[in-house]
Amino acid sequence: MSEIAERLKSIIRPENQVYKKSSVLNDVTMHYCPGCSHGVVHKLIADVIEELGIQDQTIGVSPVGCAVFAYNYIDIDWSEAAHGRAPAVATGIKRIMPEKTVFTYQGDGDLAAIGTAETMHAVNRGENIVMIFINNAIYGMTGGQMAPTTLLGQVTSTTPYGRNVDLNGYPLKITELIAQLPGAAYVTRQSVHTAGAVRKARKAIKKAFELSQKNIGTCFVEVVSTCNSGWKMTPVESNDWMVKQMFPLFPLGDLKDGGKEATEPFQMKG
Amino acid sequence: MGELRLMKGNEVIAEAAIRCGCDGYFGYPITPQSEVMESLMAQRPWETTGMVVLQAESEIASIHMVYGAAGCGKRVMTSSSSPGISLMAEGISYIAGSELPCVIVNVQRGGPGLGTIQPSQADYNQATKGGGHGDYSLLVLAPSSVQEMNDFVGLGFELAFKYRNPVMILADGVIGQMMEKVELMDQQPRWSDQQLKEITGSWATSGKSKDRNKHVITSLEMDSHIMEENNLRLQAKYQRMKEEDVRYELIDCEDAEYVLVAFGCAARICQKTVQLARAKGYKVGLLRPITLFPFPERVIAEMAPKIKGFLTVEFNAGQMVNDVKLAANGQTKVEYFGRMGGILPSPDEVEKALHQKLIGG
Ligand SMILES: Cc1ncc(C[n+]2csc(CCOP(=O)(O)OP(=O)(O)O)c2C)c(N)n1
Ligand code: SF4
Ligand SMILES: [Mg+2]
Repeated sequence: MSEIAERLKSIIRPENQVYKKSSVLNDVTMHYCPGCSHGVVHKLIADVIEELGIQDQTIGVSPVGCAVFAYNYIDIDWSEAAHGRAPAVATGIKRIMPEKTVFTYQGDGDLAAIGTAETMHAVNRGENIVMIFINNAIYGMTGGQMAPTTLLGQVTSTTPYGRNVDLNGYPLKITELIAQLPGAAYVTRQSVHTAGAVRKARKAIKKAFELSQKNIGTCFVEVVSTCNSGWKMTPVESNDWMVKQMFPLFPLGDLKDGGKEATEPFQMKG
Repeated sequence: MGELRLMKGNEVIAEAAIRCGCDGYFGYPITPQSEVMESLMAQRPWETTGMVVLQAESEIASIHMVYGAAGCGKRVMTSSSSPGISLMAEGISYIAGSELPCVIVNVQRGGPGLGTIQPSQADYNQATKGGGHGDYSLLVLAPSSVQEMNDFVGLGFELAFKYRNPVMILADGVIGQMMEKVELMDQQPRWSDQQLKEITGSWATSGKSKDRNKHVITSLEMDSHIMEENNLRLQAKYQRMKEEDVRYELIDCEDAEYVLVAFGCAARICQKTVQLARAKGYKVGLLRPITLFPFPERVIAEMAPKIKGFLTVEFNAGQMVNDVKLAANGQTKVEYFGRMGGILPSPDEVEKALHQKLIGG
């Protein structure tokens, strides 16, 4: 026994460390289902906040959805918004404290259904905030109902025979709409299902936070995500399903870069 | 003596906001109060005091902007009129549940639905009984003059921060639109960083520094026992408002046998009714509630056994009358007179109602 302890001690040394939990991530057990993307994205945000040294300057806005308790996990100041209102809440915070870094963290129901107006208008004003969009094609928190991003044919508790265009309309590609808005500075779509994807997503989140400090418009990061509980699949099946079914409709990559559009103010006559 | 001006009630709200050192205003246009944001935009206070002014995409957005900014410990406000306030109900409930201070102005118009742009007092119940979901109360101030539109902005912020609770200024289309002489306050500075730290530093989302724990603005609590305690804390706060911040005005009530109860523009009309009735020898007085929540129930209870009756005069279907009845507790007659849909009765009409319903003959 003591021999094993000795051996472990010789291995657990700073110089052997290949991975360290961010100090901005609290030491509490997350409530997320095993295999859920939310936890991974939280970790990336905490990492980036630590790396950029902005823990004391960052205010997060958590949504209504499975991520409502994000404030328990990332050790910064938070404002918990009503369902869909996070972009308005973030606008209030950023406008009143323009020197701070402000971000929202929202699900597809929150950002692209009940909060569509707040989302589009915040980006259209070019609010200098970061928006993290967790698109898992379902309402995770309320038990797996249809989301605006639910795929055609996808079975959810409110589309028990599959999403049907005549009844439910089309999956909403809101990130493509966001990328059209002149107020958007950086719009990208990522995922976190492989180590490589996680590294890319981290880079994108870091870029979004860095750009947001330059006040050049809204930085928008969609993460195509899994909700294995809502989808009723194992975590491994979920990853496969996401790659096969979601990626064709929600292809990964940057949709916009380079800051909000510059305009010449229109001169009124007379 | 402060600066004297002839101004519209709505414009005064804007002027008072700037002068009292308000940090931010978020709003959406609606008649009869659009002059509030128009005046603010014309004055560009962001260039002078640093006050933020933003036109939101809806009242839903504007109240949640207020929620975010109020959570930063700043003095922020919004204004709207009845249909817009209904849209804000969710946000107001969140603000009350998260115990954030802010000022909300409702320049009431007639309803229900899109109703009319004419003045009304039909949002009395909505304002005084919460208006959104859950057990919460707003502290409600009812101005009856342009001067009070001015005074209640500063007072509103004072009370909002005293209780960490949203304060509503419940005005109406008459008070918002009419012009009167008003004495303005001198320009006050916005709170400095030092003041902010002292006043709101223990809870505001100002950025988590190394020397403190994170601050979270939320109304959510999954543990029923803690949630009940949160509710009890709110109720204790409302009780404290009842003890410390009831405001009302008594006009000719010392010897009164009949007392009119009216707030806002209705009280202005009733003041004249009192004069008309007194000129004919009737002992009539006026009780004007200034805070509609907390309601001046004690003074009503004290008066009730000594007088022959109360007549509430309100521009709705009879809402405040229920609070007067509760306070009078059967000790005297309580009657209601009012008009709806934007119609304002003349002082004579009120006097006639007083005779029909209480005095007799
Ligand atoms: C006004 C309002 N309507 C409905 C709800 C119920 N509700 C809570 S979370 C949610 C959906 C969340 O889905 P999504 O935003 O996709 O987040 P996820 O849980 O999938 O991460 C709904 C409908 C609510 N809390 N508030
Ligand atoms: S229900 Fe779905 S989104 Fe919510 S924690 Fe579980 S897997 Fe994640
Ligand atoms: Mg979802």
